[in-house]
Amino acid sequence: MMRTSDLVASAARALRANPMRSALTALGVIIGVASVVAMVALGSGAQAQVERSIASLGSNLLIVVPGSFRGAGGVRGQAGGWDSLTLDDANAIAAQVEGVLVVAPSQRSRAQVIANGLNWNAQVEGVTPAYLTARDWEIAEGRFFDETEERQARRVVVLGATVARELFPNVDPIGETVRINGGAFEVIGILESKGQTGFGMDQDDVVLAPFTTVKRRISGRNRRADTVSQISVKAVSEDVLRQVEEDVTDLLRQRHRTREGEDDFTVQNLSSITETAQQTTQVFTYLLGGISAVSLLVGGIGIMNIMLVSVTERTREIGLRKALGARQADILHQFGLEAVALSVAGGAIGLVLGVLGAWLMTSLFNLPLVIAPQNAIMAIAFAGLVGVLFGAYPAWRAAKLDPIEALRRE
Amino acid sequence: MHAPLIEAHHLVKLYTMGEETVHALDGVSFSIPRGGYCAIVGPSGSGKSTLMNILGGLDTPTHGRLVIDGADIGALDDEGLARFRNRTVGFVFQSFNLLPRMTALENVELPLIYAGVDAKQRRAQAEQLLARVGLAERMSHKPTQLSGGQQQRVAIARALAGKPALLLADEPTGALDTRTGQEILALFNELNREGATIVLVTHDVEVAAAANRTIEMRDGRIVADHANERTPRHDAHV
Repeated sequence: MMRTSDLVASAARALRANPMRSALTALGVIIGVASVVAMVALGSGAQAQVERSIASLGSNLLIVVPGSFRGAGGVRGQAGGWDSLTLDDANAIAAQVEGVLVVAPSQRSRAQVIANGLNWNAQVEGVTPAYLTARDWEIAEGRFFDETEERQARRVVVLGATVARELFPNVDPIGETVRINGGAFEVIGILESKGQTGFGMDQDDVVLAPFTTVKRRISGRNRRADTVSQISVKAVSEDVLRQVEEDVTDLLRQRHRTREGEDDFTVQNLSSITETAQQTTQVFTYLLGGISAVSLLVGGIGIMNIMLVSVTERTREIGLRKALGARQADILHQFGLEAVALSVAGGAIGLVLGVLGAWLMTSLFNLPLVIAPQNAIMAIAFAGLVGVLFGAYPAWRAAKLDPIEALRRE
Repeated sequence: MHAPLIEAHHLVKLYTMGEETVHALDGVSFSIPRGGYCAIVGPSGSGKSTLMNILGGLDTPTHGRLVIDGADIGALDDEGLARFRNRTVGFVFQSFNLLPRMTALENVELPLIYAGVDAKQRRAQAEQLLARVGLAERMSHKPTQLSGGQQQRVAIARALAGKPALLLADEPTGALDTRTGQEILALFNELNREGATIVLVTHDVEVAAAANRTIEMRDGRIVADHANERTPRHDAHV
């Protein structure tokens, strides 16, 4: 019975005897593990990015917009239902649906914003103070308008980070005046930056003004005074979100006297969008990992190939070892350990290279670097498994060699 | 020392080659006492190599009973045979069969590794054995740095590691020049006088004369079995 330390020493000696060959054999596993690690990290990074940007829209949030996307018989565009949502709908949701934290109607329009001789085309959104709560948004500087200012249609605006940067590159915008559609508005606050959405839209490219102000002075001139372009509904918790979604849908159907399939509004549940996006990126991650795993498989075949060559080359040595008292198990362990050592060493080097590669790629694509420790451990374990699987057959061949035949071999 | 070390009863070894059955051994019986020094001679195809492989536990007889040092060879499984090869016999080959990447010392340690002896004890034993065969100065040399005779001495030291009951030598002088061959045979003589049981397989009658006894084989049978006259020449080098 061979001691474990002798077994390890013997495998190490055999691998050191052909350093170039050992390195090239391990290279297959190195590339395999490195690409698995890098690809999974890249996929996880993309996933984290998508989650983060969707979460930045606001949590437990339903967004009701006019128009229907669900037309079964044909395409029903937004245009027909453009004015289908009203302030009364928003008030009815707030009054009648249970589990609602806030309801924030808003009116969107695009406008040219001018200040200090600079101008910028931004989305100007008329909102109520509840909007900030609905969207989990904070004020970075200054203040938000209150309900009185909203009711009185005061000429105040709060700038998104992008707009503030573009219009006031060197000045503190608070207290400054911007001109929108010919009217002058006082800047009273700046929003905290939210970054891009998962769909690539810059959420900071926005100007928030009181709802009534926008209705009367910016967008509303040729439209009914009580229509809204969007109602944000924030539920009290994720658990009631589905129920709130159903109740809002039922209520609006009642109010609009529409049947399912003929709705002139759409309720978007952001958490289901999140789920879909998560699933998509997850599939993406699995796909990348799977393709990389194929290269790991090829690396394993490389190990098997070299181990078979090695067994053939060392047939005489195997015969001699058997004549000197090596059991089949000793030979099996010796050659098996060589394969596992090659693959685990390759796995460790591959892990380091994979992390480096992931870091490089994520910084290139501007993604967060996500490397779960269990993934790293799994990569090494998987490499070891490859060594065991692909080393088993050559080792078994070595162990089963007839010592007489083996000793006769030149 | 009274019970024979080797007792062979009617050993038969059959090989099937296609349709044909070859009797490599065809009813071989003999016994060798402890401390014996016996040469097995015969032309190629006589069955002497088969007999040697069976005596060394590398092969098992098809029929018959072989008991070596109390162990029934036919009844051993792979693990038992491995243990037998490790503990009971020591092989010396014609082509030395040293592992080229290892030093003389490491080559001698090899069977002790499979016996599970710890490194320190192993090293001490191997050093002692190499000194015994006259290679105290060459322990850390690799086989390629040694002459043929020196390589065979390393192989003999390796065969002696683990204090086997039986030393099996297969044409040990076949790859050496006459003078070096004589030195190796002298070493065998010495070891035999110190108590080692030696079985030497050769086709060379002169080499066989170094032993105390000669078993002659032909076509898988023993055709002669006689004690050798001790010639002064073989003792001269001792």
